[in-house]
Amino acid sequence: MGENYVLQLKNIRKEYPGVTALKDVSLGVKPGEILALIGENGAGKSTLIKTCSGAVVPTSGKIVINGKEFSSMTPQLAAENGIAIIYQEFSSVRELSAAENLFLGNPIRRGILVDKKAMEREAEKAFAQLNIDINPKTLVGDLTVGYQQMIEIAKAVKQDAQVLIMDEPSAPLTSSEVESMFKVCQLLKSQGVSIIYISHRLDEVMYLSDRIVVLRDGEYIDTLITSETNVDELIRLMVGRDLKESYPPRDVKINSEEIVLELQNVSGNGTEDINLKVRKGEVLGLGGLVGAGRTELGQLIFGSAHKTSGKIIFKGKEINPKNPRQAIDLGIALVPEDRKRHGILAEISVKNNINMPIYKKISRMSVIQSKKEVENATTYQESLLIKTPTIHQSVKNLSGGNQQKVILGRWLAANSELIIFDEPTRGIDVGAKFEIYKLINSLVESGKTIILISSEMEELMGMSDRIIVLAEGRITGELQRDQFDQEAIMRLASRVQEA
Amino acid sequence: MKSSIVSEVKEKNGMKDRVIYHIKDKAIWAVFLAIVVGFSLASPRFLSSSNLFIIMRQVSMYGIASVGMMFVILTGGIDLSTGSVITIVNVVCAHLMVKMGFGMVSAVLVSLLLSVFIGLLNGFMVATIRMPAIIATFASQIVFAGCAYLLSGGVPIYGFDPRFKVIGQGYVKAVPVPVIIMSVCFAIGSFILNKTYFGRYFYAIGGNEEASKLSGIKVSSIKYLVYALSGLFAGLAGIVMLSRTNSAQPTAGNGYEFDVITCVVLGGVSVAGGYGKISNVIAGVLIIGVLTNGMVLLNVSTYMQMVVKGIVLALAVGFDCLQKKRALT
Repeated sequence: MGENYVLQLKNIRKEYPGVTALKDVSLGVKPGEILALIGENGAGKSTLIKTCSGAVVPTSGKIVINGKEFSSMTPQLAAENGIAIIYQEFSSVRELSAAENLFLGNPIRRGILVDKKAMEREAEKAFAQLNIDINPKTLVGDLTVGYQQMIEIAKAVKQDAQVLIMDEPSAPLTSSEVESMFKVCQLLKSQGVSIIYISHRLDEVMYLSDRIVVLRDGEYIDTLITSETNVDELIRLMVGRDLKESYPPRDVKINSEEIVLELQNVSGNGTEDINLKVRKGEVLGLGGLVGAGRTELGQLIFGSAHKTSGKIIFKGKEINPKNPRQAIDLGIALVPEDRKRHGILAEISVKNNINMPIYKKISRMSVIQSKKEVENATTYQESLLIKTPTIHQSVKNLSGGNQQKVILGRWLAANSELIIFDEPTRGIDVGAKFEIYKLINSLVESGKTIILISSEMEELMGMSDRIIVLAEGRITGELQRDQFDQEAIMRLASRVQEA
Repeated sequence: MKSSIVSEVKEKNGMKDRVIYHIKDKAIWAVFLAIVVGFSLASPRFLSSSNLFIIMRQVSMYGIASVGMMFVILTGGIDLSTGSVITIVNVVCAHLMVKMGFGMVSAVLVSLLLSVFIGLLNGFMVATIRMPAIIATFASQIVFAGCAYLLSGGVPIYGFDPRFKVIGQGYVKAVPVPVIIMSVCFAIGSFILNKTYFGRYFYAIGGNEEASKLSGIKVSSIKYLVYALSGLFAGLAGIVMLSRTNSAQPTAGNGYEFDVITCVVLGGVSVAGGYGKISNVIAGVLIIGVLTNGMVLLNVSTYMQMVVKGIVLALAVGFDCLQKKRALT
């Protein structure tokens, strides 16, 4: 590669124990260009940019900024060398004014006093330079998300950033805010600032960028000139892997007569106007990108969040679960995405974890019938093959896969009929994954119904009978098993209209 | 693979944790014995049977209140109103008996109801309004300390039915009644924690409130329950105190909550919630009792006693936190 790059990443590799997150990824940013970085969930986009800020230290590889080589960065080094990153969650202080935020950590002072007037003057100039209309005195907390982002950008510009890295900048914005953000990006570009733009919205990428780098599973796939490519090609590159993993077969026993769950125009908790039906004995896959509203939908059904409108019909009756307890009593269970925070009760035993939702039921005059308690725990420890020395072991001492089985045992003990799995195999090794898949199969074979939320395309396609894809809180499409196709799912997930 | 390595490491840490826990389990009793041996060497009177009974009688109020406090701390909360509950129960019960002509039993029942009510109020602030427990219960501490003054006019109330003395000063065979009451309270506490379903919930909520909610536990109801029980046990301690002193002082329970918290934390109950055993809380209570009594025998000044108790509290919490830190890294 020539020397005409502001920022170059050379053979960046990042290994975690047992997992390689980045496999020798190289890319270069030219002065004054907008380079888009795209890839599926977990492709390594965020890890890659974190190596530029110092949040991730690469195992090997070089970061070259204006000819200077670094083997790893720190936030200070990045700032000194003109690299600025705007994360999805802004780092501004809501209680301070726009001007004060702009000068946060580095205020204009007169002696020991802060010179507010001067900061406001300077802020006004900085905003004018970007063509944005913000009163420097306004508290940041009172500004819309779009303007808060503008302040972040202004902060980067004020620090003479040569490369601005933006991680999903359009995600929290309304469409008119996205437009003004684009204008600012183009203005910066004309002033010679380079931008690395990370997004999974392909239409934006096509509109804004000059070149596009595609990552997949931590590997560099290709660099494309935006004007010479199209959305179909991008999708093909993003998902184009061979389906190599095998999934255990199952006897499909879907009873299409019996609708277990039906949602009618359900909105709330970030989802909008959801209509779907789940049949008894079915595995319904929910596909989509991170933030598409799948987890949120699961919470609505489970009663840990509330709908604002619409109807939830469970086994023919309209339900309105106010809290998880009510949902559990109806026969609905949720295996949450974040096992540590929402799933296991780490300090207490396998036995207590499994019995937790039914303790009241197996108690007589509030006193737990310890025989039943032990029976339950032993039954599910044996049938789910939970590997633990005894049922009295603390769950924190079990491996991820076994912890997941404990949670599953909990819901089986509670006699749940509809089980929502949210990313059930995240952070679980391959062998244990296969066991979880077999368990899911035996559950539906025994008449349970399953909603499977997964960001792993292969898992979703391998395990589901039917897939519904969500994007930005809405259903964008539905695929039957014979229609399953990575590109089709990706297209629905990134809301690209059929040409 | 990644997870199997992680699980192996976890397995090892688990072993280490268990060893630490076991050492800690026994350590508290070893500390207790060491203190007993130390004081008996320093003061010949310490081990006399009359002094041992004095100690038991003295700790009985800490012991009774510590059961409720333990429940609250297990769920990750704290109750700073214990001292004021003790005071107000003293004053109200005395007021009912002396000034309003209530019988002994009904006066005690009404005062205990009041203590439960104060606990429910704490539960309301913590669970429903979602105030931080430390502030919510601090507020009720101040309010009810003030109420006790208002009701009593700042002067002691005395002149009870002589039979009332039995609760705090009586004996069954050779065993003081307050010690029996304390033992019953510990037994009830142990029963609730080990045998009832809501006892399991206390540990679950303290360990992981969010996951508990998602396992179907009605977290706010359980919080109401623990604060109400904490109020009730504090109220019971108040009744025992009233009977022992045979007069209601408007400052009777001042600062009591700190001694009770020290007992509980010293007994190895994690300040963050989720872990603790009642048998060790008994040891914690006995240590505080023995320390106080021993220092009095050795003529250690009240101020020096405060210094020692403060250091003991810091050491107990410090030990708990160090262990957490080690578990994290």
